[in-house]
Amino acid sequence: MSVTQHGRAPSRPLSAEERAFRILRILLPVIVAACGTGVWELVVRRFAIPPYVLPAPSAIFATLISDWYVLFQSLLTTLLTTLEGFIAAAVGGIALALIFNLSKLVEVSLFPYAVILQVTPVIAIAPLLLIYLPQQTAVVVCAWIVGFFPVLSNTTLGLSSVDRNLAGLFQLYGASRWQTLRYLKLPTALPFILGGLRIAGGLSLIGAVVAEIAAGTAGAGSGLAYRIAESGYRLNIPRMFAALFLLSLAGIVIYALLALVSHLALRRWHESALGKES
Amino acid sequence: MTEARLPDADTSIAGLAISLRDVTKAYDNGVMALGPIDLAVRKGEFVALVGPSGCGKSTALRVIAGLMAPSSGRVSLAHRDDDRLPGQGIGFVFQEPTLMPWTSVRENVRLPLRLAHAPASDSDARVASALASVGLAEFADSYPRELSGGMKMRVSLARALVTDPEILLMDEPFAALDEITRFRLNNDLLALWRNLKKTVVFVTHSVFESVYLSERVIVMTQRPGRLQAEIRIDTSAPRDEEFRTSAAYGEFCRKVSAALAPSYAGQAAL
Repeated sequence: MSVTQHGRAPSRPLSAEERAFRILRILLPVIVAACGTGVWELVVRRFAIPPYVLPAPSAIFATLISDWYVLFQSLLTTLLTTLEGFIAAAVGGIALALIFNLSKLVEVSLFPYAVILQVTPVIAIAPLLLIYLPQQTAVVVCAWIVGFFPVLSNTTLGLSSVDRNLAGLFQLYGASRWQTLRYLKLPTALPFILGGLRIAGGLSLIGAVVAEIAAGTAGAGSGLAYRIAESGYRLNIPRMFAALFLLSLAGIVIYALLALVSHLALRRWHESALGKES
Repeated sequence: MTEARLPDADTSIAGLAISLRDVTKAYDNGVMALGPIDLAVRKGEFVALVGPSGCGKSTALRVIAGLMAPSSGRVSLAHRDDDRLPGQGIGFVFQEPTLMPWTSVRENVRLPLRLAHAPASDSDARVASALASVGLAEFADSYPRELSGGMKMRVSLARALVTDPEILLMDEPFAALDEITRFRLNNDLLALWRNLKKTVVFVTHSVFESVYLSERVIVMTQRPGRLQAEIRIDTSAPRDEEFRTSAAYGEFCRKVSAALAPSYAGQAAL
């Protein structure tokens, strides 16, 4: 037997058009940002708007530099909370989905409560948690609550998306439950899990911010959200903007990191990570 | 369900690889899918099952494989003494390649050995030889999506052969391929069968494919599938392109088609 055709397409160099499009994809958003900031700066200067109403981008940038130490400490605090909440959400969501997959009874018993936890606004739960839990724990729990449901529901969906014939094959070869999980269910679920984690990353940040604001009004905390609230009371509007800028940046970085992880894990086989031409 | 998969008294005496006795299969919703059928396949024989779609040919194959329990009747398979592990005696090729997209061709072929906890040193050699036997040795590190439909089917075949099973069950494996590729895979399968001396049960809806490949064509009726007729393809001609265009081949095809016609009776509107 011989096979002459070759499966892997030779990787060809990008055409000029494709290269131009790649550059444009980066360049255009940058131009939009530059224009927006420029117009903002001009408007503030032209109409001499006081900084406690609307600070100019240059003033926000100056605050970012001058208040860097305070802001950076707050950023670290918020990021740590987010990370703890995210890890708890990832581990908890995947573990619970695995348990659901093994036992229909557990799933039927517990799933409604997972939904209730999801649909109850976290901002309404946060003050209660702050009463019963130490503050740092309460903040992490908030980040966990909002992050864990997407992981749970996506993992559940992924674990039940197994190809029927492959499942039959595993049965034919007498695969144990553990082998079926390890070699069939988890790899099938991986793209779903990564999708859930991508959502959970951003949501954990939101959960952390909501809890910090709830906790901050109770008089403690030093996260970025607390800085925003505090600066608001003091009419330090440039610092509010600077803190907000850092929060957005943190959100973007979290998303980009998780997207990168997802791409690296799936790039050789999953449709979502493959180029259109292949 | 009665006495499913009991001892191999049926098979060991008569040199049979597969023996079905009064086997029926009803689905949970009460629909009778199969039987009752009796079927005996000799060791090393190549048998084709043809019939209209939905007639239970695939169900029959799944019952033989143990993927479904029969509702009644008895299924027995020949075992080799060294078949300690489940599934080792059977290779199954599905209609689709049914490969794991997340791992390489090599790991896909290794799967049955991995599930049987075979030692790595032994399985490396087996995987390499199975891939070589289907002509894909140099594609071991490719991923399934990088292969053409025919090559994926070859990987599926290599995976079925990697445990060196006594019995190869094939469920319309080449139905989705273009004709040229199918002819090539037909020839390759025949060469493998002659070399490896497996017992093959090949389900197809193509009269021409069944005659070209098998020693015996079994025609099944509409659901619930029963055995309608049996046509021996007793020709000494080598199965090659010449046979495919010979008058004898045409005559066998006509016989099988004629046997198949009653199964389609009542479907005149189609």
